[in-house]
Amino acid sequence: MTRERSSIERCVDAAVTRMRHEPGPLLEILHSVQNDLGYVPPESVPLIADALNLSRAEVHGVVSFYHHFRERPAGQHTLQLCRAEACQAMNGDALAAYARKRLQLDFGETRDDGRVTLEAVYCLGNCACAPSAMIDGQLRGRVDPQTIEEYAADWGVPA
Amino acid sequence: MSARATVTVFVPGDAGAVSLGADAVAGALARECQRRELPLRIVRNGSRGLYWLEPLVEVVTDAGRVAYGPVRAAEVPALLDAGLLEGGQHALRLGDIEGHDWLRGQQRLTTARLGIVDPADIDDYIAQGGYVGLSTALTMPPGEIVRVVTDSGLRGRGGAAFPTGIKWKTVHDQVAPQKYIACNADEGDSGTFADRMLMEGDPFALIEGMTIAGLAVGATQGYIYLRVEYPHAARALALALRAARERGYLGRDVRDSGRAFDISVRLGAGAYICGEETSMLESLEGRRGEVRVRPPLPAIKGLFGQPTVVNNVVTLATVPVILARGAPLYRDFGVGKSRGTIPLQLAGNVKRGGLVERAFGLTVNQLVYDYGGGSATGRPVRAVQIGGPLGAYLPESRFDTVLEYEALAASDGLLGHGGVVVFDDSVDMARMARYALEFCAIESCGKCTPCRVGSTRGVELVDRILAGSNGAHAGDIALLDELCDTMANGSLCGLGGLTPYPVRSALRNFGEDFRRR
Repeated sequence: MTRERSSIERCVDAAVTRMRHEPGPLLEILHSVQNDLGYVPPESVPLIADALNLSRAEVHGVVSFYHHFRERPAGQHTLQLCRAEACQAMNGDALAAYARKRLQLDFGETRDDGRVTLEAVYCLGNCACAPSAMIDGQLRGRVDPQTIEEYAADWGVPA
Repeated sequence: MSARATVTVFVPGDAGAVSLGADAVAGALARECQRRELPLRIVRNGSRGLYWLEPLVEVVTDAGRVAYGPVRAAEVPALLDAGLLEGGQHALRLGDIEGHDWLRGQQRLTTARLGIVDPADIDDYIAQGGYVGLSTALTMPPGEIVRVVTDSGLRGRGGAAFPTGIKWKTVHDQVAPQKYIACNADEGDSGTFADRMLMEGDPFALIEGMTIAGLAVGATQGYIYLRVEYPHAARALALALRAARERGYLGRDVRDSGRAFDISVRLGAGAYICGEETSMLESLEGRRGEVRVRPPLPAIKGLFGQPTVVNNVVTLATVPVILARGAPLYRDFGVGKSRGTIPLQLAGNVKRGGLVERAFGLTVNQLVYDYGGGSATGRPVRAVQIGGPLGAYLPESRFDTVLEYEALAASDGLLGHGGVVVFDDSVDMARMARYALEFCAIESCGKCTPCRVGSTRGVELVDRILAGSNGAHAGDIALLDELCDTMANGSLCGLGGLTPYPVRSALRNFGEDFRRR
């Protein structure tokens, strides 16, 4: 769900007020906005730029540089699957293929019904318990197709 | 009556243990003990690094700590029936975990308290030898602290292996209005998790190490640049930093010394490149994580243009034990120019994965077979990748390689942050080479052409090699090799510069995988 302008303004104000006296505050402000709103709305970029005396291009450049920042809202649920080597060594490619098929999504996409966003991440630091996933912010190790099936069913994703 | 006394049970709060159900185990224990009216104290410790046994629960008994694992929440009632709280017999009972083969031969200095100490309790840290290093440092002039670290032979454990003492000396010798300690906690290499384990399981060790670094070089502010993928570490650090401030171990007047030092945590945002030190400094300043051209070195002109010590978590967390027990003790471990101990991380397709801290000198064979027990799938092990996504792939025939800096450099690889990822014989090494280039393309900051463009051209080349006719094959292999040369010699930093390691090692050691199928 995209946000109304007033709530974006409130949220940017709060973040800027809290951080403006810290050195180099832009990333912290973006984290704060994304934590509050679930994404960094394009409408927030000029507000943040103004407050920090930066150009819009500079702020947009930072938002778009980092994989973590979203410029659109995510789905109700987020499945982040680790695609790095240690997880690949534990059949991660087959797991990724299963997740894409089951959720009918490619990496970086959100279902049209808004239920799920599928994202690739590169290492969750859980490499001795591979393959790993971050599911709605909860770390899961030794993920298998069954795990994904359980979540998909739970989230009401039609089979 | 001992059965009614409060029993202490350790259930790891380590992210890895939690990923296997440790929170549910802690919850089940609390509920079930309340129902049975058994007084219980649950400590959420770090992991001891035996991940195939996680969640590893330990009960404090008169005879010491008794371990059980791997414990699932559903098994908690049966475990209690079997007398878990008195160390009773059960199929999951492991006894004294320190007597386990995995731990018995280890030489844990940096990770000595991991899994043992309560990471949320500063008094427990102090009771287990914490802050002895800082007390020692506070009696020394700054130059003397630097000398001890230099004498210890400690080299940067983040991957570059630069002598820590020399870096500190450079910052120490600068005259500047402000200096910084910047801790690189952007542990992005696949197969590595020692930083995470330390921050979650013994965060005061890092805080103490940074404080000592601050005293040594005259810095009053520290930053921990923590990757956003590590929320458990963020929570553990926040708790520990607050406790350290409350108790006067951080702040305007550290332990009544008249010296100031404090630490802030800054979150990364999912960019692998920010593990490169100059890119990390850009990110800390709130910009795109684009690599800086060196010189000037960060030690001379680093964060906000000021002299800055940039060290990895393991490096900084090793400093307290060096100060506490002396440089010779640390230096006397190890081989050649690789002094001290290294926390190795064993991961991927391996039966027993986890943390092995020992003096440098272990071979890949010992790590993969003696510790790891071979592959998890039971198939033959075909390769390991050492040192993360920029490290070389070694075939089984070269598993006699010693895991130390010079030996790996001599075999066209690197030890990096000490991660070893195991692959069984189902691995397709051409795909892994392609992935290395693809990863470089995804994570390139874009500042230099060899990395930004070379990585994408490399992916295309591997695709062409795999699809192409045998005639075109030899020419494309030569072209890929040439591209690797350009990336290795022309890139600004290690991302583009070292991606040729996995690519070339795959080509050289597993050439058959690149033939047309």
